Amino acid sequence: MANHSVADHDTEHYDPNSAWGGGERPFRASYGKLMMWYFLLSDAFTFGGFLIAYGALRFSSPSWPLPDAVFATGPFNNFGFGDSTHLPLVFVTIMSFLLIISSVTMVRAVQEGHRENKNGVVFWMLMTVLGGLGFLSCQAWEWNNLISKEHLTIGTDPFGTHTMAGVYLDDEGKETDEVFKVGTPYLIHKLHSGHGAEGQAGHVEMHEGGAEHQPAAHHEEEAAAMPPGDYPGFVLDEQMFKHRKFKVTEGAFANSIQSEQFGPKAFGGLFFFITGFHGFHVFSGVVFLLIILINAASGVYVKRKNGYEMVEKIGLYWHFVDLVWVFVFLVFYLL
Amino acid sequence: MSHLSYEESKKRVFFGLKLLAVITLLEVITSLYGKGFIGGNGEPHTGIIKWIVILLLIGFSIYKARFIIFEFMHLGYEVKSLSWAVLFPIGLLVWAMFPFFQDGNSWMNRREHHGDSTGKEIQEEEIQKESGLLKDTYIIESNRG
Repeated sequence: MANHSVADHDTEHYDPNSAWGGGERPFRASYGKLMMWYFLLSDAFTFGGFLIAYGALRFSSPSWPLPDAVFATGPFNNFGFGDSTHLPLVFVTIMSFLLIISSVTMVRAVQEGHRENKNGVVFWMLMTVLGGLGFLSCQAWEWNNLISKEHLTIGTDPFGTHTMAGVYLDDEGKETDEVFKVGTPYLIHKLHSGHGAEGQAGHVEMHEGGAEHQPAAHHEEEAAAMPPGDYPGFVLDEQMFKHRKFKVTEGAFANSIQSEQFGPKAFGGLFFFITGFHGFHVFSGVVFLLIILINAASGVYVKRKNGYEMVEKIGLYWHFVDLVWVFVFLVFYLL
Repeated sequence: MSHLSYEESKKRVFFGLKLLAVITLLEVITSLYGKGFIGGNGEPHTGIIKWIVILLLIGFSIYKARFIIFEFMHLGYEVKSLSWAVLFPIGLLVWAMFPFFQDGNSWMNRREHHGDSTGKEIQEEEIQKESGLLKDTYIIESNRG
């Protein structure tokens, strides 16, 4: 009985202009924009969780691959810059610029939307889509280079860092003049026993001195003649990774012979997962941009007369993707 | 948006493009300097320079993030309470960074102690010096052979 009267009371005094009746918008933002902000906040927590896990694992590792050695190639390395040009961070800087530019074109689309200028919205959204596609293409190239040329996988990290100073040995086990210090990066090569001569990426050979500057066909012959095992100058593991041997020159292990070890196991998994998750955001952003672009072009938002609010909402998402990249760029490439 | 004219806000956007591009370039140059690729002998800097570089890079990134959030995402033009509702919870992430990174650092110290990185054998007398969890780990490790 009591409940009934309360319900009656509410219906009688229902006022659509009151705060609880829906008359006031929380934070004076529209429902859609507010919910987009809350979604982005939750997404920020997801990315934040991944990046904190990355940080914890990186802190826990005695060494970490030097970004300038890992990300030193681009599709332009072999065009006009010589064969083994080492261009640290150049390609990924171009990727960052693409995202920044697409963010700016997105702001322009939103501004044209506020003026109810349909053609302006369509044009600037198209530019944004192109920027997003450009970024995705660059990332596809980067991943392909890391996986198929440099053999970085989620469980194997051939990018190592020397923790002791030493000097490399040649194939007969004699000392060479290739001296390195603590912190020098190296890449463990993979010998190809299969068919198809694979061109090695430019910087693959940069730490290896003269011995490795051989045609790819020679590698094949060499690999065919060599089963995995312990050789005077290197250890060939089951996966055909060639761990070069070196003589330690300083510290507690001076004069002992050691071989190159893989880098921290978590590196590949973290890199592919976090940049992949970001790339997936870019991809879904491009899909949503295209949907809204088609809607805008067909005049759906003209009828709504709300200043192309849908464009504003996808704009918020697109800027967020750019925002996440600022931090992915910081922790994976810059630090 | 309402307080700025169309022409003014258009100008502001292209100013933002220049600003972000310049900061990104500065970031890359700072990072390459820190790793010794620019103006160094090819070796990463250590000590105070390394930390200044790290702080600079984090500062640049936070500045870029702030600009994107308040200008491009327009949070600076919404009501104050909305920016608090969105940004305050992010503080939890900053808070989480400290314990997780500290714990990561502690794992590294243990790894070095165990000789993961240097190949050092665990000495029997070292076990006596340790206590608690570390001692248990030593005993388990040494029993394993």
